Amino acid sequence: MNLPATLPLTDSETGHRLDFLMVADMVEPGSRVLDIGCGDGSLLAILRDRRQVDGRGIEISREGVNACLAKGLPVIQGDADTDLADYPDDAFDYVILSQTIQATRQPKVVLEHLLRIGRRAIVSFPNFGHWRVRFDLGFRGRMPMTENLPYSWYDTPNIHFCTIRDFVELCREVGAQMEKAVALNAGGQPIRVTLPWWVWNLLGDQGVFLLKRR
Amino acid sequence: MMSFAPLSSEPRSQVDDPSSLVMRFGADEPLMMDSGVALSPWQIAYQTYGTLNADKSNAVLICHALTGDQHVANDNPVTGKPGWWLTMVGPGKPVDTDRFFVICANVIGGCMGTTGPASINPATGEPYALDFPVVTIRDMVRAQAALIDKLGIESLFCVVGGSMGGMQVLQWAVSYSNRVFSALPIATAARHSAQNIAFHEVGRQAVMADPEWRSGRYLVEGTRPSKGLAVARMGAHITYLSEMALHRKFGRNFQDRSAPTFSFDADFQIESYLRYQGIAFVERFDANSYLYVTRAMDYFDIAAEHGGSLAKAFKGSATRFCVISFTSDWLFPTSDSRAIVHALNAAAASVGFVEVESDKGHDAFLLEEPEMFAAARGFIDAAARVRGIA
Repeated sequence: MNLPATLPLTDSETGHRLDFLMVADMVEPGSRVLDIGCGDGSLLAILRDRRQVDGRGIEISREGVNACLAKGLPVIQGDADTDLADYPDDAFDYVILSQTIQATRQPKVVLEHLLRIGRRAIVSFPNFGHWRVRFDLGFRGRMPMTENLPYSWYDTPNIHFCTIRDFVELCREVGAQMEKAVALNAGGQPIRVTLPWWVWNLLGDQGVFLLKRR
Repeated sequence: MMSFAPLSSEPRSQVDDPSSLVMRFGADEPLMMDSGVALSPWQIAYQTYGTLNADKSNAVLICHALTGDQHVANDNPVTGKPGWWLTMVGPGKPVDTDRFFVICANVIGGCMGTTGPASINPATGEPYALDFPVVTIRDMVRAQAALIDKLGIESLFCVVGGSMGGMQVLQWAVSYSNRVFSALPIATAARHSAQNIAFHEVGRQAVMADPEWRSGRYLVEGTRPSKGLAVARMGAHITYLSEMALHRKFGRNFQDRSAPTFSFDADFQIESYLRYQGIAFVERFDANSYLYVTRAMDYFDIAAEHGGSLAKAFKGSATRFCVISFTSDWLFPTSDSRAIVHALNAAAASVGFVEVESDKGHDAFLLEEPEMFAAARGFIDAAARVRGIA
């Protein structure tokens, strides 16, 4: 299995990843959800157990798919870059792209598919505008490697990094309406919504967006 | 477990009186076939393993491939070889006979105890031969459903099969959606491709070109179209393997010599191997059955019977599906499995899918493939938990 794109921060009580819990909170109970790049199915299992969601998944790695099947999750082996075109419009209430968009070849096309297949889309991604990333690039002159971005530049699955501001711009381009936007700090806690965008973009370790087609 | 009759060199001995359980259907219980024929009387030969639980919720049906039979997990009484899917079915195996009541039946049109072209036609007292009605995959499934009815089982926990068996799994899920809790089609397709029909036609023509075939009346005339059937099997066998597997196993190696004989003897190992496969096959299989069963696969097209839409065939299905394909299978390539998965997705059915990395070709589903076992075990165990089977 490919390692997750970033190292997960977990809730000390349940062991669940904080960003997963944040995503799960955005999903209406009982809805139909497609999780793209679902890995070993942890998020789908949370959604099933906590939100009574009818969940489906797509995962590129065989090991991930097998782990999902063993959890009783209907997950198919596939590639977000090529397979989404086969899904009919409005097939799901939510389509989730968790920590995966930066590893796709065509993030814009993928995002457009999300908005077409799902009534709503939830996208989370590591923020390349975070101050530590900027510090590494700006002062050390090195590609950033942090706890949450653990890969060397030459062996990373992440090929299309963006900042929170970049993503907001992409949403505008594809006509996505932002219903909710949350930045999580390095500790996995949400940053106060009253703070201005540039603070999010500087302090946000990852961004989580609930989108709706306009 | 029943005891088996001694081996016989005459394959026909298994036709009407097989070394397994048999369910017989009388004149009042005809099998209504797609061709319009009401077949009666008829019988279906089967094996069972494990124990049916009190609420009859743990029955698993195994569907065999083209030339398989009901002896999935016991020694085959005809060949003396182990059951054909011992890797998958047995105590502690993915299809765990300690937990599930496993049923495997021979297909209608077959020659291992289920009524087929080698069976006696009650109207003439002679073998049916080509008077036997043409069989479809749906007929095979209809016959299995009649057996399941007789066994008093309302709903199957899981239907499992590869290749032609996988076609039956899909047909079960379409024809008897509410009687199939979970379905595991492996290395299969929702329709037989033109290329595969072409291969089958070559095999059938080989059988029919054998002068001993006698327009299908060889059993009455005391001949056997062994050469034609062996050639058919040799051709088919190549399609079950991958080039990589052939190369690894045989390469261009000579058999019992270091230089070519400049003749048409079996100089190469691959030639000896194919000849052996052909000869071994005619020992256990009826030539007319081969015609009928290959034809059934050719006619198979689930989308066609649903207005051309495969998704429509699965609409509203509550069955849990898991589809498995193999990277080097060029007879039933992954694209065939993906077509099934896409249709199931479009129909909002519950489906898992994994493509297993293997260089063994189509045959991989019968061989030691840990990734396939892991996927099958995970899927079946999870479904069993939902179904409440301990």
